[in-house]
Amino acid sequence: MSINVNSSEKILISSYVIIALFFILAIRTWQLQILQGHEYRKLSEENRLRIVRVAAPRGIIFDRNGTPLVKNTPYYFVSISPQNLDRLDISALAELLKIDRVVLLEKIKNRPQQNLYEPIRLKEGLSAKEIALIEARRSEFPSLAVDVDVSRDYLFGNIGAHLIGYLGKPNEFQYSSPDFRDVPSNAFIGQWGVEKLYDRQLRGTSGERIIEMDALGRELRLIKETSPIRGDDVKLAMDIKLQKEAEESFGEKTGALVAMKPDTGEILALVSKPSFDPNLFARGIRQRQWEELNQNKKLPLLNRSLQSQYPPGSTFKIITAIAAMEEGVIDAATKVTCTGEIAYGRWHFGCWQKQGHGTLSLHRALVESCDVYFYELGKRLGIDKIASYARMFGLGRETGLKMVKERSGVIPDTKWKLEKRRQPWYLGETFNASIGQGYVATTPFQIAQMMSIVATGGYIYSPSLLKVDTKPEPLRRLPVRQETFDEVKKALSGVVNENGGTGWAAKSSMVNICGKTGTAQVVGVKKDSKYLAETFRDHAWFVAFAPYEAPKIALSVMVEHGGHGGAAAAPIAKGAIETYMKGQRLENRQTAH
Amino acid sequence: MKIDRRLIKNFDWVTFSLIIILAVIGVMTIYSATRPPLPHGTMPSYYMRQLYWVIMSILALLLMISFDYVWLKRVSYVLYGLGMFLLLLVFLLGRTGMGAQRWLNLGIVSFQPSEVFKLFYIITISRYLSELQGKVGLASLLRTFFLFAFIPILMLIKQPDLGTAIILLLVFLSIVIMKGLQRKAAALVVLISLVSVPFLGNILWEGLKDYQRNRLVAFLEPETDPSGIGYHINQSKVAIGSGQVMGKGYLKGTQGPFRFLPEKHTDFIFAVFGEEWGFAGSVVLLFLYLSLILRGLDTASKAKDEFGSLLALGISFMFTIYFCVNVGMTLGIMPVVGVPLPFMSYGGTSLLANFVAAGTLINIRTRRFALFY
Repeated sequence: MSINVNSSEKILISSYVIIALFFILAIRTWQLQILQGHEYRKLSEENRLRIVRVAAPRGIIFDRNGTPLVKNTPYYFVSISPQNLDRLDISALAELLKIDRVVLLEKIKNRPQQNLYEPIRLKEGLSAKEIALIEARRSEFPSLAVDVDVSRDYLFGNIGAHLIGYLGKPNEFQYSSPDFRDVPSNAFIGQWGVEKLYDRQLRGTSGERIIEMDALGRELRLIKETSPIRGDDVKLAMDIKLQKEAEESFGEKTGALVAMKPDTGEILALVSKPSFDPNLFARGIRQRQWEELNQNKKLPLLNRSLQSQYPPGSTFKIITAIAAMEEGVIDAATKVTCTGEIAYGRWHFGCWQKQGHGTLSLHRALVESCDVYFYELGKRLGIDKIASYARMFGLGRETGLKMVKERSGVIPDTKWKLEKRRQPWYLGETFNASIGQGYVATTPFQIAQMMSIVATGGYIYSPSLLKVDTKPEPLRRLPVRQETFDEVKKALSGVVNENGGTGWAAKSSMVNICGKTGTAQVVGVKKDSKYLAETFRDHAWFVAFAPYEAPKIALSVMVEHGGHGGAAAAPIAKGAIETYMKGQRLENRQTAH
Repeated sequence: MKIDRRLIKNFDWVTFSLIIILAVIGVMTIYSATRPPLPHGTMPSYYMRQLYWVIMSILALLLMISFDYVWLKRVSYVLYGLGMFLLLLVFLLGRTGMGAQRWLNLGIVSFQPSEVFKLFYIITISRYLSELQGKVGLASLLRTFFLFAFIPILMLIKQPDLGTAIILLLVFLSIVIMKGLQRKAAALVVLISLVSVPFLGNILWEGLKDYQRNRLVAFLEPETDPSGIGYHINQSKVAIGSGQVMGKGYLKGTQGPFRFLPEKHTDFIFAVFGEEWGFAGSVVLLFLYLSLILRGLDTASKAKDEFGSLLALGISFMFTIYFCVNVGMTLGIMPVVGVPLPFMSYGGTSLLANFVAAGTLINIRTRRFALFY
C-alpha cells in the first residue's frame, strides 16, 4: 500500500504546526531568560542569599564624671526560620518552649510581611536551663536557632530616665525612613531622651553577614561578613550624684528640676517626676506595662522639664525687675508703698501679704516678693516691654534642645492678645503678667535657663546635654547693664539669706545660694493652699544659683501643687546645690593633688 | 534473523544519535539537579540509576529494531491486551506515589505501566486505522474510540494520571486526523473538542483530587499561593529566567540542589537545564527535540505502508505533546499536569518506553523500502 499525496500534505502541515509550537516555547524562553532574565536572576539570588544585619554593640552613656549609666548585657532568644513552617509540629514546639500553642501560632502567623525570610523570634530572654533544653532537642526542629543579642541595662533605674531615655523597636515612620535603613530588623533604637537624640552615634555601624541558604532555611555557607563597628560612647553633662539627690528629694511629689552650669550651658540634672524604669523598655515593653504607664494619671512618661508649662509666678519678677531697671522706670532707690493691694478701676489686685509690706525699694521687694511693688513696675513698663525682656531671657520660645517635642511657653503682649483672643490688652492683665501670673507660662527648663543667664551676668550659652571639655564661647551677651545684674543678684542672695526673705529654706551654711521663690496659682481662689484639694493647690517654684560670687550651678525647681515655693521647692534646690558643690570640692581637691 | 548489510546502511543514525545525546544531557542534568548543596555532601545515586536505565534502554531499542516492525501489526492486539492487563494491575494493587497510583512494584524496580501502555496503544490504533479503507467515517471514529481509547483514558483519569490521560486522548485525535476524517466525523471531532473543554472542565473539577485542583488554580493565578503549587511554577520560572542568555554554567545552578525547585530531576528538569545553560542552551535543546520530531514525521512520509506511517506519526505526536506539555509547564504557560520530559526526566520506565518508541521510528525508517521485504 502506498501513501497518498493527501497524507504527505497533511504531514507537511503538521510539521508547520509543530514548528509553530516550538516557536512559541522558544519565544516564552526568550521572554523569561532575556527580557525578564535580570529580574529572575535577582530573585534566584534572593532565594539563596540572605543578608543578615548584625547590630553593633551600642555605645555606653557616661555621666560627667565618667560613671557609666548603662550597660550592655547578653540576652538569649530562640527563633525559627520561616521556610517550611507547614511541616512544623506546633504542639511539640509549644511544649518545648513552654508557650501557649495559640500564642505561638499567632507569633508565626503575624510576622511582619516585609521580611518573610527573616527568622521569627519565638521566645526571648532565655535562661541557661531553657537554652540547654532547646539545644538538646534541636534535631527535631532543624530550623530552630538560639541566638544571642545584647540588651540594655539602665544601671540607675528610675534615676535620670527622662534624660537618658530608653530603646524601642523602630516605629512605622522610622522603619521607612532612610536614617534607619541600616538598622537590623530586630534591633532596637533610641526612642526617648539621649538614647534617641544621639542614636546615630550610639548605635554604631551594623555588620552584615551574607549567608547561602537552602529552601529549608538551613545556613549552608557564610559568603561574606563585615563586622559591626561599636557605637561611640557619649559623655553627658549630667552629674548622676546630683541627679540622684534631686530625684530622691522630690519623694512622691510630682514636678521637675533643671540644673545647668551657667558658664558653659551644660545640663547638670534634668528631673521629671514621677519617672519610670527604662529597663521595662529594654527588650520591648509588655502591653500591660505600657498601658499602665500611659494611663497613669501622674503621667510618668511626660518630661515635665520641657513638655509642661506652668505660670512662673514670682520667679518672673526677676524679669520685671531687670526690665524696669533697664528701661529706667525705676532705679535701685525707687520706693513704692504696699498697702496689701492696689486698686484699678473697680478691681483690686492684692499682695500675697495682706497686711502690706509698707514702703520698700527693689531690693526688699524682691526679698519679700512684694506683689504690689511689681504691679507698679508693670504699670510703668507696659506689657510689651516686659514681654520683650522675657523673650530676651529665652522665655516663650523653644530651647532648641530637640530632645523631645517641647512646649514653647507663653509670653503674652498686646499683639499676642489681639491675635489669639481678638481682644485689646487690659492693664489688669499687665499686673498679673508682671508677677508671672495670668497668661504667662514657662517650662521649668526655660526658667533654669533664665536663672543661668542672670548668674552669668547676661551671657547666654547654648544648652548642652553633653559634657563640654573646653569652655564654649557664649552665644551672645544680653544688652543689660552689669549694675542691673549686680543689683538683682544681690537681692536674690537676700531672698535666701536676709531676714524676711521668702527663700529662707534654701539657706545653706556651705554655700551662698541666691534664689527666688514662686507660687503659681492654679485657680484664682485666694485661700490658703493648705485647705485646698491637692489638684487645686498652687505650684511651687524655686529658682536659684550658687555660689553668689562665682556661680557654678543654676537651677529651677517646680513642684506641682506643692503650695508655697519657699516651703516646698526651696529645700530641694538647696539639697541639689549642696550635693553638687560637695562633688565639686572633691573634684578640686583631687585635681589639686 | 540475519542482519542485512543494507539494513545497517539504511539505519537511522540521526534519530539514534539525537536520543542518545538527549539521554546523556538528561543524565548530566539529573547529576547537577540532585548534587548536594555542600561540597562534602553525599551524592545521591539518581544519575547512576538513570545511566543504567539508559544502557538498558539502548539494548531494548536494539531489540526493537532487530525485527521488521510489520510484525508489530500482527501482535498488536496481544500487546494491547497485555498493556490493559498491566493498567488493571496498577488499578488493583498499585503503589501510590505523589497522591496518584501509577507504579507497579516488581521487587527491585517499580515501574509505570501507563508508560509502556501508550506505545502499545499507538501501535493498536495505527493498525486498526490502517486496515480501514478511505477516510474515517463517524461510525468508525466512534468504534475506534470506544474500542481502544475510552477505557484506558477512563482508567488513567481514575488513577489519577490526568497528564497521561490527556496525552492519550490527544494522540488518538491526532492519529485519526492524519488518517483522514469524513465530514461528519471531522465535525464531531471539532464539536467534541469545543464542547468537552467546558464540560470536561466541570466534570473533572468535581472529580479532581485536591492537589489537581490546586494545580489548576495555581496555574491560573500563580501569585496567590507562593508556598503551594504556584510556588513550583514560580520557582521554575525563576530557575529558567535566572539562566539569562548564557546560563549560570553547568553545576552552577542553585534552584535545584538548594531545593527551591521541586521535582527538579523529574518533571522540572528543563528548568534545571535552562538555569545552567541559559537561552543559548534552551534553544539548542528545543532544536534537538524539534529535529527528532520532524525526523519522525519525515519517517512517516517515507514509510513503506500506512501502518508504519500512522505509527511513526503517532509516536512523533506523542513526543511533541509530551515535550510541549512538560516544557510549557516549566515555562508557566501550561498547567502543572506532571508529565516527564521524554529522554531527559529521571525515571526508568518512561526512558525505556521512549527509547522503544524511538526504536520503532528507526525501525520504520530503516525498513522503508518495501523491496527489502
